Amino acid sequence: MSVMPPRPVERVIQDIVREEWGRILASLTKSFGDMQLAEDCLQDAMIIAMEHWQKVIPDVPAAWLITTARRKAIDRLRRDQNFVAKSKEIAYITQLEQEEAMQHKDAPTISDERLQMIFTCCHPALDEKARIALTLRTLGGLTTDEIAAAFLDKPKTMAQRLVRAKNKIKVAGIPYQVPERDMLPERLGSVLKVIYLIFNEGYSARAGASLMRISLSNEAIRLARIMTKLMPEIPEISGLLSLMLITDARRYARVDASGNYVPLEHQDRGKWDKLQIEEGIDLIKKTLPRGAVGPYQLQAAISGIHAESKSWVETDWSQIAALYRILNSVQPSPIVEMNFAVALSYADSVTAGLAKLDAIGKTGVLDNYQPFFAARADMYSRAGMNARAALDFDRAINLSQNDLERVFLMTKARKVAGQ
Amino acid sequence: MQYLLLIYSNENDGPQPGTDEWPAFMKGYQDFTNKVREDGKLVSADALQPIATASTLTVRDGKTELVDGPFAETKEQLGGYYLLDCADLDEAASYAAMIPTATYGRIEIRPIIVWDE
Repeated sequence: MSVMPPRPVERVIQDIVREEWGRILASLTKSFGDMQLAEDCLQDAMIIAMEHWQKVIPDVPAAWLITTARRKAIDRLRRDQNFVAKSKEIAYITQLEQEEAMQHKDAPTISDERLQMIFTCCHPALDEKARIALTLRTLGGLTTDEIAAAFLDKPKTMAQRLVRAKNKIKVAGIPYQVPERDMLPERLGSVLKVIYLIFNEGYSARAGASLMRISLSNEAIRLARIMTKLMPEIPEISGLLSLMLITDARRYARVDASGNYVPLEHQDRGKWDKLQIEEGIDLIKKTLPRGAVGPYQLQAAISGIHAESKSWVETDWSQIAALYRILNSVQPSPIVEMNFAVALSYADSVTAGLAKLDAIGKTGVLDNYQPFFAARADMYSRAGMNARAALDFDRAINLSQNDLERVFLMTKARKVAGQ
Repeated sequence: MQYLLLIYSNENDGPQPGTDEWPAFMKGYQDFTNKVREDGKLVSADALQPIATASTLTVRDGKTELVDGPFAETKEQLGGYYLLDCADLDEAASYAAMIPTATYGRIEIRPIIVWDE
């Protein structure tokens, strides 16, 4: 690694990769109908830019890259053994080039095809890991190595995953389009889920000692911001953005000075990012009255109430319980029921909360879910039932996959054991 | 693009010949076939006889062996297919969703290879 600051041209290219990669790649993919070809040609164009831009940096660098990438595409297709079969594509790209040259001289407009692109990357016909990796690669502009590192995967494995996914898109004919109205809710659900999975991967590392991989969280927030601009009419997108903003605003309070995990209850609320919380709350307050209330909006509203509260005790627990009740009717899940029980234990009584948790416990569906045992252990200890609390803390510790969280649980377990 | 829609189900599931549900079920298939034909998507389609009639053949070291039964003893068997000409996977999937067996069996969608000249 060089200690020198990057030279201007490299910095310009870096900035473009950061800001414009997704838009340029989506536009190229749309005109080539081939994601891999688009990516290869954009890489080619960037290498050429490194050389040419030393003399003069073009007025519209993104447009320069698109034009150069298109020329590279024609070269590549001509070199292809199946030249005759590809002549249709070449004719099409050539025509595109000429049309643009006529209209704009040397500054073609860049159409925004990112929405079509994200629906392609998050298509249900692709495996979920591939959807996440493709979205980060094509719209986020992260390199294969960066994605591999973020998911604790080998670069080679990640590269293969990406190649396989791009090949399936091409061969199986997964379209570059925003789905039709009847398919839209389901497909949008897949897009939002991918963004939220990226966020959570960054927010709570599943394994290893690093609690947060902030860049992935930021990337998810950036993707959600793009989505809100491209589909402003869908309230759930704003709901997701609000939820991530509020959750992410607490990042510095999640770990204490010695690197230990701190749950919401014990966080130093002074460390929360006030401006970001304000933005998130403002957004959800504007979004909720628009109707079509979905799970992300409800979770954002719950996070918003927590974020507005002065302390854990002073939280408006009855409102939180009410929101979890609605959430459970919109999207029933044992985890939502568990959170409802926790809210109930403060809004109503520990006995009421415990009764709910015991009912969930009997079904066995959360038998491998660490937070369930941590929550029940906590309620037992509040009810003075220390022996039962100790048993549940042990189960939570065994189930935890995060070193920092485990240390935190062990401290609590020692407390109820009277050590 | 051409897509082969392979219809898989357990032969004992769903409406059986001779039952009250059978005529309506077959009518569903007729309607679907008419629709894909009218939409200009149909290349070909067939239903297969039950697996009890299947035979499986191998040639190893020049020796041919023919045995009774299907290739794989799975819970679900191939019962028929539609070969459709569709714009993309989304269109193929929207037709696959109209196949009557999709409600209790499953439809595998496979793109057909186009060989370069």
